[in-house]
Amino acid sequence: MNRRLFPATLLVSAGAIGYELLLMRVLSIVQWHHFAYMIISLALLGYGASGTCIALFRRQLEARFEAAFAVSALLFSITMVLCFVLGQRVPFNALEVVWDSRQFLNLSLLYLVFFVPFFFAAACIGLALTCRRGAISRIYCFDLLGAGLGAVLIVGALFVFIPQHALMVLVALPLVASVIMSVRCAARKPLIGMQLLWLALLLVGMPQDQLELRVSPYKGLSQALQVIDSRVLNESSSPLGMLTVVASPTVPVRHAPGLSFTTRHIPPEQLAVFTDADSMSAITRFDGDLDSLGYLGDTTAALPYSLLDEPDVLVLGAGGGSDVLLALYHGARRIDAVELNPQMTALVRESHAEFAGFVYDDPRVSVHTQEARGFVAQSDAQYDLIHIGLLDSFGASGAGVQTLNESYLYTVEAIGDYLEHTAPGGLLAITRWLKLPPRDSLKLVATAIDALRHAGVSEPGTQLVVIRNWNTSTLLVKNGAFTPDDIASIRKFSQSRSFDTAWFPGIELSDANRFNLLDEAYLYSGTRALLGEHADNFIERYKFDIRPATDNQPYFFHFFKWATLAEVFALRKVGGAALIEWSYLILIATLLQAAITGLVLILLPLALVERRWPAGTGVRMGAYFLLLGLAFLFIEMAFIQKFILFLSHPLYAVAVVLSGFLVFAGVGSALSEPLARKLEARGQSAVVCAAGAIALLTLIYTFLLPWVFRWGIGYADGVKIALSIALIAPLAVAMGMPFPLGLKRVAETAPDFIPWAWGINGFASVMSAVLATLLAIEFGFTFVLMLALILYAIAATLLRH
Amino acid sequence: MKYLTPLLLCVSIVAVADEADYAAARAELVDNLQIYARLVGDMDGAGFSDAVMASMHTVKRHALVPPAQQPFAYENRPLPIGHGQTISQPYIVALMTELLEPDADDVILEVGTGSGYQAAVLAELVDHVYSIEIIAALATRAAASLEQLGYTNITTRLGDGYYGWAAQAPFDAIIVTAAASHVPPPLIAQLKPGGRMIIPVGGRFMTQLLLLLEKTDDGEVITRQIAAVRFVPLTGEH
Repeated sequence: MNRRLFPATLLVSAGAIGYELLLMRVLSIVQWHHFAYMIISLALLGYGASGTCIALFRRQLEARFEAAFAVSALLFSITMVLCFVLGQRVPFNALEVVWDSRQFLNLSLLYLVFFVPFFFAAACIGLALTCRRGAISRIYCFDLLGAGLGAVLIVGALFVFIPQHALMVLVALPLVASVIMSVRCAARKPLIGMQLLWLALLLVGMPQDQLELRVSPYKGLSQALQVIDSRVLNESSSPLGMLTVVASPTVPVRHAPGLSFTTRHIPPEQLAVFTDADSMSAITRFDGDLDSLGYLGDTTAALPYSLLDEPDVLVLGAGGGSDVLLALYHGARRIDAVELNPQMTALVRESHAEFAGFVYDDPRVSVHTQEARGFVAQSDAQYDLIHIGLLDSFGASGAGVQTLNESYLYTVEAIGDYLEHTAPGGLLAITRWLKLPPRDSLKLVATAIDALRHAGVSEPGTQLVVIRNWNTSTLLVKNGAFTPDDIASIRKFSQSRSFDTAWFPGIELSDANRFNLLDEAYLYSGTRALLGEHADNFIERYKFDIRPATDNQPYFFHFFKWATLAEVFALRKVGGAALIEWSYLILIATLLQAAITGLVLILLPLALVERRWPAGTGVRMGAYFLLLGLAFLFIEMAFIQKFILFLSHPLYAVAVVLSGFLVFAGVGSALSEPLARKLEARGQSAVVCAAGAIALLTLIYTFLLPWVFRWGIGYADGVKIALSIALIAPLAVAMGMPFPLGLKRVAETAPDFIPWAWGINGFASVMSAVLATLLAIEFGFTFVLMLALILYAIAATLLRH
Repeated sequence: MKYLTPLLLCVSIVAVADEADYAAARAELVDNLQIYARLVGDMDGAGFSDAVMASMHTVKRHALVPPAQQPFAYENRPLPIGHGQTISQPYIVALMTELLEPDADDVILEVGTGSGYQAAVLAELVDHVYSIEIIAALATRAAASLEQLGYTNITTRLGDGYYGWAAQAPFDAIIVTAAASHVPPPLIAQLKPGGRMIIPVGGRFMTQLLLLLEKTDDGEVITRQIAAVRFVPLTGEH
């Protein structure tokens, strides 16, 4: 019997995690990614609710276990498609939330829609754990193995298929699980009939247009396609994002951020490239005539070239190639262009190569498909200029939607790495959108100052220059002090283009606010304060969080301060809404919603039902599974962050670490029972041993990993992935044990509590993902790891009694 | 026919009642805008000018938004007008109008007609408004609505606003309501010496700040970035 249950469990579990990751992708395209996070978190409470439901109807379900499992799996498969279609028809407009309370109703509707498939998926696993108590550790093992494989499967599928077609791959998994469980079931005839009907509908009756992604009309792509005569030229999709190329012949795209208003040049024709239907960059028409690129010389980003002659340049985030053209325009001798997304490179190098003037095939240009920090860490080269242009759109930057994005590009350690790769006298140049009051521009200055101090520079102000126009600022950090000649060139460059200097060694206030007038010279006075002896006090009292970003707290885009919230919220009616950092508030709202919904779905029914377990078991075991749910994800999320830098690719890190943890935790679960028997025969507690191993390994890794990463960063991707899995495996095996050991104990002493345990653990996992991010923003990932160890220790103590 | 007359009478009474309700809502909104402006100290604490307030009092915002949005026309918030576009919140419209310092004999260019509301507010104050829209459906709808409201001093057309409207240039003032990564050089060229250009900066439902570009009498250009709200990031000594 269990021979069929295990693969069915594996398939449902793979489908559930695959669907979760797919929805994240789809909601990031049609909405915005922070709302995607919020919606999915709530939907996952389906896990909690399924536990409650099983607990309430356990007797009836137990008698018809196989049919119940098969029906749940089939309904999971059906609702995957149904909710995918329905979810996109809910008229939720994230941008209007601040103005229109009806949007909360739409948001609730979205929660409800996406809650349903996860409810059925979790019901399958919950039923298995409840009704087949003798095989708990192996069921949990297959649940985790399935989750690990599901993560790998969906990442792979998204490389091959567009999201709608990837959905069809996932739909098959629970359908097969349903078939497997129906084979020997008493109700197999009607079940098989329904399965065949659903299969026929999928194969021939599914109207493809119903599955089309419906992008919010307020995203950049939708807006661009409203313009007369505009049309989509290409669309490509991968787990890194959906890229859409738009041509607009009648109203040409003209993307030239930071362009001086004194310029005589007009940007040539461009193609707009949207990532996930937003975040526009441009591919510029280039016919080899450098004069047509004259406008690039009149942007703030051109500043470093006024100090360099035929430089060797490293462009980090090459995108559509604007910064490569900028370097070519200024006579760069050699350009290494690094771009993470191979599909973006292909657009410039293949699909639109002629339009782009074969710029990526220029003998001076080498294109590298890699993550920026990883490339720098592995490179031995020295550059005259390391250039980081505008990688995000003003909209994303301005609306505070990036708060939750970790960015390893702008940290103290990153700037230190960049400076180590600049030749003596070389420059690091970073251009950012200018927000007012300044946030990221000042945080960047603070981060650069910290990096210079770490490198032993006693007067960082001598190595910094900041200029700005009305919407961009460019920071220069020099490997060495700026000379009077440098400063004269910078002043000349800025004045001739009506750019304001915000900092250079020896600057006066009168230099700082001449062409683009602000109420106060914020950037100048901020930089001066950050260089002064009371910098900490300035950062403390500034109304936005401008603490330097570090690899441990890589939240460069997080500016939120609670103390400022009341003030900006009161100003929302008079234009203050844009000052609110929405992502952070959404994260808090997600946590509160999850907590409240969890209480309603899990604790309230628990309080109402008749408890058939020994006194004290509920609270003690409830706490045990809550703590495990929290701690498992704390460790998993912290390690994903630590491995991102080593694997040089966020996607590899998520796929390898997530799958590695899940699969090896599955192995741990399978090993838990025989190990527990051996240990208990010797009078030792298996849970205490597992918690001890987790604590020991985590502590060792905290100190060992930075060293291992430095040593291994230069190896090929395959070697690094193998090394990562080898490092994760022992820890994950240990982490896979406490849950089945606890569940086994519950099965022996209080079998009625099993579905509650499942529900509470699922609820804790949802809370944990949100909490881990909040804690990492405030205290860093090392803190999150240490907290997880404490939680494991408390959990072990609870089970010992 | 004997049934139709009372029916038509009822309909017109309802319509008049609606208009009266809208007028009352509009008056309340305009009063509130003035209170907000003085509260946050815009225009050095003096609030909006009488002329701008009178214009906001006159222009029927409800007649320029889609029917579904009409109940919210006199709330101080941006409203969706279809095709992924929005109409700015009235406070920002008043502020932009004020910052352009419109005179009765001014000729103004608007890039991004949208609903036509901003053009109508300006048309109450100046000689003529030329307005360009890049979305065909909006251009058609705004032209029809403005004509229905009787604005004869607004001329609209469909096309690329980047190059302005050379045949009608130069302009005393230019307002660019469409998002831009840079200030289009041809627009600066079409601005009269002493002229002003205003560009709202930010997302569809959130104006972050207003960029005011001034061309001096000798042709020099300076910009001022005016936050809609006075928000000092740091108070006290440091």
